Amino acid sequence: MRKTFTSGNMAVAEGALTAGLKFYAGYPITPSSEIMEYLAEKLPQHGGVVIQMEDEIGSINAIIGASWAGFKAMTATSGPGFSLMAEAMGLAVITETPIVVVNVMRAGPSTGVPTKTSQSDVLQARWFAHGDYLIPCYAPWSVQEAYDLTIKAFNTAELLRTPVILLSDAVIAHLWEPLMIYEPGEVEVIGRKIPIDKQRAKFPYKPDSDLVPPMPILGHGYKTIIESLTHNERGFYAPMNTEYKALVKRLILKILKRINYIYEQETRYCDDAEVLLVSYGSTARSVYLATVDYRRKGLKIGFLRLKTLWPLNEEKILNCSRARKIIVIENNTGKIYFDMDRIFKDRDVYSSPVLSLELPTPREVSEAIEPWL
Amino acid sequence: MAVTQYIHPLDKHLRLERIPTLYCPGCGLGIGLASMLRALDSRIKEGSIDPDKVFWVGGIGCSARMVFYVNYDSAHVIHGRAIPFAIGAVLANPELKAIVVGGDGDIAGIGGNHLLHAARRNVDLIVVMFTNFVYAMTGGQVAPTTPRGVKTTTTPRGNPEYPMNAVKLVTSLNANYVARASITTPHYIEQYFYKALGKKGFRFIEVVSACPEVYGRHIGLRNPVEMYNELKKRVKHKPKASIEEAEIDWDKGIVTGEFVDRDNPSYIEILRGEQSEI
Ligand SMILES: Cc1ncc(C[n+]2csc(CCOP(=O)(O)OP(=O)(O)O)c2C)c(N)n1
Repeated sequence: MRKTFTSGNMAVAEGALTAGLKFYAGYPITPSSEIMEYLAEKLPQHGGVVIQMEDEIGSINAIIGASWAGFKAMTATSGPGFSLMAEAMGLAVITETPIVVVNVMRAGPSTGVPTKTSQSDVLQARWFAHGDYLIPCYAPWSVQEAYDLTIKAFNTAELLRTPVILLSDAVIAHLWEPLMIYEPGEVEVIGRKIPIDKQRAKFPYKPDSDLVPPMPILGHGYKTIIESLTHNERGFYAPMNTEYKALVKRLILKILKRINYIYEQETRYCDDAEVLLVSYGSTARSVYLATVDYRRKGLKIGFLRLKTLWPLNEEKILNCSRARKIIVIENNTGKIYFDMDRIFKDRDVYSSPVLSLELPTPREVSEAIEPWL
Repeated sequence: MAVTQYIHPLDKHLRLERIPTLYCPGCGLGIGLASMLRALDSRIKEGSIDPDKVFWVGGIGCSARMVFYVNYDSAHVIHGRAIPFAIGAVLANPELKAIVVGGDGDIAGIGGNHLLHAARRNVDLIVVMFTNFVYAMTGGQVAPTTPRGVKTTTTPRGNPEYPMNAVKLVTSLNANYVARASITTPHYIEQYFYKALGKKGFRFIEVVSACPEVYGRHIGLRNPVEMYNELKKRVKHKPKASIEEAEIDWDKGIVTGEFVDRDNPSYIEILRGEQSEI
């Protein structure tokens, strides 16, 4: 292990290097650009390739192509670029391609405020492409976690042959904190399953018992079809109900089956809490400080922080606290609130969003939740 | 019913269980594909190409669909994005011989930005664009190559726009090879594709094709033979044509030939040079 002092963006880049990144394609956009700039310097030294594409559509399609050629691949962007990636995200889903897409959230809609923070894209990350699917999504709250969750994002992508989203934001991106970087062997790095022989490789979409098919790599004579159309286990177009249902359900189920691996949360002061504050990402930093302050004053406030936004482990969330009152604090107009309201359906769930270009302060958090206390 | 026996010398290059194709009677795409496969066959037989490294990539459209009829590693991706997909694959594994095929809508319309930047980079890909003057797969809408005045389903009063000359566009960039052929001269498709397979960098071949079913309906040439003969009449082959002469015009003529043929360092060669200095 090696200790450094760095920013959230650089931590994402370092996490990708630790996880074995070999291909990065991107297009400059604030507040994500340092990720590409850092990797442009470093990745070639690790035997990898960095290319600045003509747009974000090109970037995501290039990383999907590189992944099929056997490289761990990533792109990073922010709101406007993330929106451009929607269609190809669906391509990664249906072709079951491991890729990591980082969205460093900034204020929108549209060009918005490029340099300022937001958590407005959390539902976009869940629903932004057409069709039915479930893409794992992580949201770090610190520089160390930006590093750790990037590694986890790669591991999830390779383990489940799926695209994975890392939702950072402008605060985490430019925050400088100490970071522990692992040396090889000090952290689990997962590689994808490949077919054991040519016969197995003929079925690039036929799952094993974990619902994940081994992934053939281009250039080995497997004559693999990478198919964006709804397909059968060989990759042939299959516009029939049986095949369609089987494919779409499996693509979702393979993720849900591993929810215990994918889903992570952090709880503090939950045991005796009467009120539970739910938050995630950079905003959780201030919510935590507010929680500590309430505790000091003797109020029974608990703290739940979602590290994984999608899929949510509803059982774990429901059972983390017996608080009757749930308050969701996020830097948007109230989005994850809808899921919390559904999950805690027998309790009183309130939305206390703080819509702000800056990291909401603990005082702003308190002001937002006070009406419900 | 699927074909199950080898009856044609090119059958081994096809996924016979997926034949017949969905192409309409009289479609020019079969001629184009067969010509390309003859060239590939020669390259494989002479040992200059390893078939395991051949990788076909297509977006969406009748032309792009070719990729799932051929018996190679292939990717049938999203509309317009075959080029960046192929770029990612060849940069990850430079041994791959990436062949991008698609219609003029796929390659020069929605994918136009990728086309010009791929040519600018001289990245190691072959792009074969089939120009049939229409959006065929979606039923006959105007394409970037549709001649002015033609009535399509989305230009019912006649196309008000000027068509695109993709050969001239790509030639203005850094491609190592630019050629145009027609399905009425299949031997040139074969010859140019054969040549392209032996080169590095960005290689672009425009194949002018006949679509009697959809485009023919718009211009009164529904009969495949008539359509073929009308196209043939318009094609002027000029082996040593200058780029200024590279017209593609239904009235003035369609000039075929090779317009660029050089061996500038390709994107991968340049990257490798840089990396060895680190
Ligand atoms: C993003 C997107 N927009 C539109 C379509 C619908 N679409 C499918 S093929 C096509 C155009 C086909 O024309 P061309 O590329 O010239 O190929 P052709 O069928 O003529 O060979 C369109 C618009 C699509 N699949 N995806």
